[in-house]
Parts: sequence; structure tokens; C-alpha cells
Amino acid sequence: MGRDDEQVDSMEIDDQKQQQLEAPAAVPEGFNTDYLRVYYGKLFPYGDFFKWLCYGNDGKHPGCDQSYVGRREFSFTLENDIYLRFQSFDSATELESSIKEKCPFKIDIGPVYSVDPSKRHAYAQSGNNVFVPVERELIFDIDISDYDDVRYCCSGADVCLDCWPLMTIAIKILDTSLRDDFGFNHILWVYSGRRGVHCWVCDSRARKLSNEQRAAIADYFRVYKGGENALKKVSLAGPVLHPFLARSYMDVLKTFFEDRLLLSQQLFSSEERCQKILDLIPDENVASEVHDKWQGNRRSSISKEDVNVTRWEQLKTTLQSGKHKAQGLRRCVEEIVFSYTYPRLDMEVSKHMNHLLKAPFCIHPKTGRVCVPIDPSNCDDFDPAAVPTLSQLLGELNATGFKTDSENNLERTSLGKSISFFRTSFLHPLLKACKEELESAYNAKLQQSKNSLNW
Amino acid sequence: MEIVRSHRQVAAAAAAAGGDGGGAGALPTYKAAPQLEVRLEEFELFAIDRLRVLKGISDGLSRGKRPEEMEKLVSELWKTYMRHQDPAETLNKDIISHFVLRLVYCRTEELRKWFLSMETALFRYRFRLESPESQRMLMTEFQLPYKALPHSEFEAVKDKLSQVARSIGQSANVEHVFFKVPFEEVPDLVASRRVFLSKGYAYVAMSQVVSLVVTQFRCNISKALALTNRKWTATIKEQEKGRLTPIVEALSNAYFGPDYSQPKDTVDISLKDIDQLAKSSFPLCMRHMLDKLRENHHLKHGGRMQFGLFLKGAGLKLEDALAFWRAEFSQKVGSERFDKEYAYTIRHNYGKEGKRTDYTPYSCQKIISATPGVGDHHGCPFRHFGEENLRAALNKMGVGGHALEEIMDKVKNRHYQLACTLTFETTHGVSCDSGINHPNQYFSESQKILRAKNQTMESQSQSAT
Repeated sequence: MGRDDEQVDSMEIDDQKQQQLEAPAAVPEGFNTDYLRVYYGKLFPYGDFFKWLCYGNDGKHPGCDQSYVGRREFSFTLENDIYLRFQSFDSATELESSIKEKCPFKIDIGPVYSVDPSKRHAYAQSGNNVFVPVERELIFDIDISDYDDVRYCCSGADVCLDCWPLMTIAIKILDTSLRDDFGFNHILWVYSGRRGVHCWVCDSRARKLSNEQRAAIADYFRVYKGGENALKKVSLAGPVLHPFLARSYMDVLKTFFEDRLLLSQQLFSSEERCQKILDLIPDENVASEVHDKWQGNRRSSISKEDVNVTRWEQLKTTLQSGKHKAQGLRRCVEEIVFSYTYPRLDMEVSKHMNHLLKAPFCIHPKTGRVCVPIDPSNCDDFDPAAVPTLSQLLGELNATGFKTDSENNLERTSLGKSISFFRTSFLHPLLKACKEELESAYNAKLQQSKNSLNW
Repeated sequence: MEIVRSHRQVAAAAAAAGGDGGGAGALPTYKAAPQLEVRLEEFELFAIDRLRVLKGISDGLSRGKRPEEMEKLVSELWKTYMRHQDPAETLNKDIISHFVLRLVYCRTEELRKWFLSMETALFRYRFRLESPESQRMLMTEFQLPYKALPHSEFEAVKDKLSQVARSIGQSANVEHVFFKVPFEEVPDLVASRRVFLSKGYAYVAMSQVVSLVVTQFRCNISKALALTNRKWTATIKEQEKGRLTPIVEALSNAYFGPDYSQPKDTVDISLKDIDQLAKSSFPLCMRHMLDKLRENHHLKHGGRMQFGLFLKGAGLKLEDALAFWRAEFSQKVGSERFDKEYAYTIRHNYGKEGKRTDYTPYSCQKIISATPGVGDHHGCPFRHFGEENLRAALNKMGVGGHALEEIMDKVKNRHYQLACTLTFETTHGVSCDSGINHPNQYFSESQKILRAKNQTMESQSQSAT
């Protein structure tokens, strides 16, 4: 490392601008232990990260629960897929030195347990049920690979700007509902590094939810039903939509479907794709009526309008014309839009407190990209391909030379923006709320004990 | 509660006891055990009758009955098993049987979970049958701190409330009494989107108040069960070794039947027989998963659990199970990744990792209530398949014609287990009076029949020579 430093130092004398342009290319793309060591050594934001998980309990206030953060489970996945579960740390320094020493390929965050998870065996003797999860953020995990039946550009773990809007939709819909319907304020969205997004709802109310309440929220969001063998996967009963679904449809789904996905995914461009949509119309006669119209426009292809747009308009007019407003078909247009756009959650992740979820600011081993926070109010602009990669960051570091101060290192890289977003938009408001809650809970307790003294 | 051997007439004390059993009217809240003397035979008989009610509820739920149908079912079950000419006697029996079953079902997590959800369902539907007046009295008894929504606030959200009402098929004329409560209090209403939510509050209509009460009820019973369990293991079990303990233990077994966690028949199944056995003796859900596994060399978590535990119950040894899953998965993810990522859960299911619990194969009820998502193949085909896919799958099993229509008819009426039973009867050519309620039961019944057939064939061929 010493020699590298010298080299970099000597290069600093050269023209800075030139350096910045060329330097990133100097570090070949990739993911390996050496790169990761530099990242954990110079860039990983230990302080902010740990501060977050303390939720204000690391202060001097007498109401602080000093044992709180030490009961949180961390799980490390090392090179060669060795899992180290039930790690726990009492301070940011402990966490930092452990990460630097073990250099995990992946860091997962688990729940806060009733006792220090690394000492769970010691408690196991004293009877059952002592080691149980007691707190956990409400989390959501959305994977683009769960949308394979409605995207034609990519499949599996691949993702591009044509299908990424499906994730944007999910962020918009969940974020709005979590805030407006459920009243949560401290929500962190994170790019999962490859094929999806994670959501962490961190309000103390969210952290204290029981499994049953978590399941209820997950079900509230669930529209997509039935496994691979159910033909119609979205079924919207009732004469009107629930206000949440109506708002999602009007504000997000409809626009995304008609303005983006219809064209980017070419939803009506082939016989096979058309048939998939026809299958969603429960009345066979109506379906064949729609099909006939589509046949018609195939012959008269003089129309300047895009075939997808034309066919969608034809379908809508047919289904919404007076004679088909019968029960069952009324919701059909909406059902199609929901099938193709509505968020698909991994329900199991949200339902149970003890599910692990990858920590923000990890590096995805397959893509080398950092799991950066996503700003929900600007999620339209998020481009997964523009997320900094490990090698890009190292290149940027090399470009200007290492400083001993890691704060400075960070700000000089393209990760700086993400960290400052994490800090100002998420962490600071969260800690302010934690402090207020801590104080009011403490005062209430004092008041109570005073009252009982009076008796 | 005092349990005595004497045949002396029990004082109709429950009615008089009032606060003891809890409950303002006919619906007790079981807050404290009554100060009653109970004869030993009643101890058992009452419990069995209540168990019949709970079992009936459990069946109803697994058929996916709608709330109105459940209401009717519960009212009928109650009348059949619990009603007595003397209302005081009915109340006595209600309270006594509840507390006896609490003792029976406090002893394991599984038992507690079942009892808790059945008792809660029972309470829910009985509450719905109460008069509004006694409903309000019960609300007071649970000390629910909610006040009706003031008029001004009501006007502000009136449109949304009416939208919710219409979305669940009620008339647009909004009720006037609403309670604004933290959404955490009414998880069932949130889950089914039957309430309007705003800023963390749920707007609960008077007609939905049952959810609030039920949450409270459930919470009380859950705590009480944990407490009873502690008392049971600490003192009662030993003290009552000669008297109550045998009854209590027999009662829980009487209902649950075998759980198939250990293959009962000493027959083990071996790796090479799986496909043959699937054809002859696997229920549709398991056949389907085997097909998909062979096709995709992969099954998602829910499928691995449902199918893996079934195979374990059917007698597939751990080593064979590992070999079986590895053979498929390694074609897709490579055997190295299989060993790292998937082998653990398989050993886990066999109780060789983690908590070291020997996991129990899923029952039909559990499978039917699963919620398979994208890419999932688990669940009950009779419930989760679309009609066409189900018809095709049944055709593949050789079911057609009249039998097929009859099965589809059962499915339409949401009698999924009956549909499966009919499928069994059609493919095996014998009747199955017990009905199918566990995939491993399907398997072992089928094997029994096939073995018997083979034997008669053998003996016939022997006598022919």
C-alpha cells in the first residue's frame, strides 16, 4: 500500500482535471477481497450506520436503553459463503474493527432480540422463550425477477431502464401509503445492488409491530394473488376500489402503464402478448370481440399511431362501452393495469420480525454496485446503471490520493452524495424524533412514579 | 375452579358468580377461572363438546367459508353441542369447558396457536350474534378507551368512508358511528382493506367493532395460555398425575390425530421409487410440485417446505432427501451452491440444524390457507389453480367425465378437501370414508390399498398356477 501512496502522491502534481477523467479507468471493474478491504477501510460509513441502529439510545439521557444496540443481530457472509450469524456490537468501533477484520461480502441486519444474540446459548439454559426478537424495522423487499411475466426486455436478475420503472412504481405506491395511510415518517429506500429495492420503515411504532400486524400491512398491500397456476392473478371485487387502490391507480399505475410500459415493453406487439391480455378478460365473447378489432387494425396498418396504443384504446372502449358494463367486466381494465404494474412484494420478508435483510451501503458481489439509498421523492430519476461501483469508487480515491480522514475520502467520491442524503434526509430527522420520544417516555415514567409516591 | 369426584349437584353458580367467568350477558370473556365445583366426568364431557365446536370451526375456516356462512355455522354448532335448557347451565358449561381446554391446549406452541385462533373465531361469531346493547356492554367490559368520532371529523372523511363501504359491497349510506383507533388494533380489517386508513388511524364502523373486541380478547387469552402453561409444567402436571393429567393428555391427542412427523409405517421410500410412487400415491399438490421440480430443477421456499416435509413424512431418509434435492437443484444452481445454500434447510427440516425441531409435514388445512405468490407452486391445487389448469392437471391423473365435473363442483363450493377426497376415490376405485385431511394420510391410505391389491393379485396368480 505504501508504494501506491507514493505513486498517487507523485501523480497529484499533475493536472488534476486530467486525473479525474482518467483515474476511474485505472481500476479494472470487478469485485474482490482487495477492493472490498479498501472500501471497508476508507469509505464505509460506520458512524452514520451505527448511529442509525442505536435509535438515540447511545446518548447520555437517563432514559436511554444502553443495551439496545448490543441486542441487534448482524450477520456476515464471508467469501466462500460462510455465514456468521448472531454477531453483535456495542459500539461503532467494535463494528468497524470486526468488519475490517472479516471483510464480509455481505452484511445482513436482523432484529433486536431480548438478549445479546451472541450470548444466546448462555440464556438458553434458563428456560424457554428467553431468546426472542423484540423489535425490528418494518421491511419490504421487491425483486424485479418477480415481474418476469410482465416484462419482455429482461428476465431473471437482469434489469434495464425499460423495466426499472416497475420498481419506481413500487417505491411511489408503498412510500405514499406508508406515510399517508399508516402515518410513518422515517422510511429508508435502498437499492439492493442488482435487481430490486429494499424498504426500511424505522419509526418506533413500526419497529414495535407484532408479526400479526406486519402481516396485516403486507396483506393491505397485496393485490396479486394466486401462484403460477391461477389464470387471473389480480381480482378486484366490489363496485368501487378501496381509496388506497383508487389513489394508486389514478396517481401512479394508470400513467405508468399508458405512458411508459405500454411502449417500452411493447405489451400488445405480438399475438402471444395479446393473448395474455385477452386471458384476463373473464367473458369469452367480449374477449373475442376485442380480438376481432385487433385483427382489423393489423390489416389497415396505415394508422400512424403505435400498435400498442391503438390496441389498448380499442380494448378500453370495448370494455367500457355501455353494453359491457356488466358485473365482472367493470373492473377489467383496472385489473389489467394492476396485473402489469402493481408492486409485487416478497410477503414472507415483511411478515416476520426475524427475517434478515441486507444492510445499506453493502456492495453487491455480482454487480460491484453499492446499495445506496434512493430518494423516494426523486425516484423517477434513479438509474441503477448509474449507481457507483466499487472499482469506480476506488478509481476516484486513487485520483486524488488517500487522506487519513475517512470523512474527506468519502466526500471526494461519488458515494458522498448518497451519504449526505442518508444523513440529512433520513438520519437527522429520525434521531430528532427518537430523542423527543425518549424524553417524553422518560418524563411520563417520572410522572408516574411521582404519582405513585404521592399515594 | 375446583374439580371434585362427588356426584353432588353443582350449584348453578356461574350465573350468580357474575364477574368470575366474566361476561355481561350470555357471552363470557373468561377473564378468571370460576369458583365452581366440577364433577370429573363433566370435566371431560364438557371439554369434548366444546372441542367438537372448535373442530367444526376449524373445518369451516379451512373450506374458506365467508363470514356470514361462518356465523351460521358457529350458531348451529353451538346449539348442537353446548346449549342446555337452563341458560345458567349453558353458561356453566361454556365457562368450564373453556377452562378445561385451556389446560389441554396450553402445553405446546402448536396447540396454543390452534386453540387461540379457534377460540377467537368462536368468540368473534358469537359476538356478532349478540344484540347491539350487549355488544356495547362487552366493549365497556374490555375497557376499550375509544369514543365515537365527533361530527366535524366525521364530515371531513365521510366520502372516503363511503368509498370503503362500497368497496366491500355495502351500501353507500355510511353508518354514523365510527371509532378512530390506531391501525395496530384492527389487523384483520387492515389486512382485508375493510377500513379507511389515514395517518396511522383506522376508522372502524360500529358494525366492525367486533374486530376491536376480538383483538383484546385474543390478547387476553394468549397471555392466559402462557400463564397456564407455566402453572401446568410447574405444579399441576405433577399434582394431578393420577387424575387430570391423563385426561388432559388424552384430550389433545383425541383431536389432532397423527401428525405424520415420524413415518408411521416402517416402510421407507427410496430415491428411485419416487416417480413411481408419485404416479400411484401422491396427492395432486405433491405430484404437481414433483413435476415442476423435475421440469425447472428448482422450487421456491414454500414448495421446498411443503413438498420436502411431505417426503420426510412419507419415509424418505435424510441422506436420500439430500441426494434427491441435490440431483435436481444442481442442474440449475450447481451442486456447490446447493450444498451451501439449500442443504442447510433440508437438514433443518429433519431437525439436524438450528433449533433442532423435527418439523411436522403440513396438513391440508395449512396448505389450503397458504398464499402462493409469483413463481410459487405450493398450496392446494383445488384452491389455488385456475379452473383450466386444474382440469388439465386432473386429466393428467386420469380423472375425467362425470367424476371430474363432480370434483369441479366441490371446488366451486370451496370444499377443497372433499374435492381431493373424490379425486382419491376416483383414482383408487374405492371409497375413502374418513376424508382426506393430510397429504401424508392420502399417501399412506393409497399405499395400503395398493399393497392389499398386490397381495390379492399375488395370491390369485399363485392359486392359478
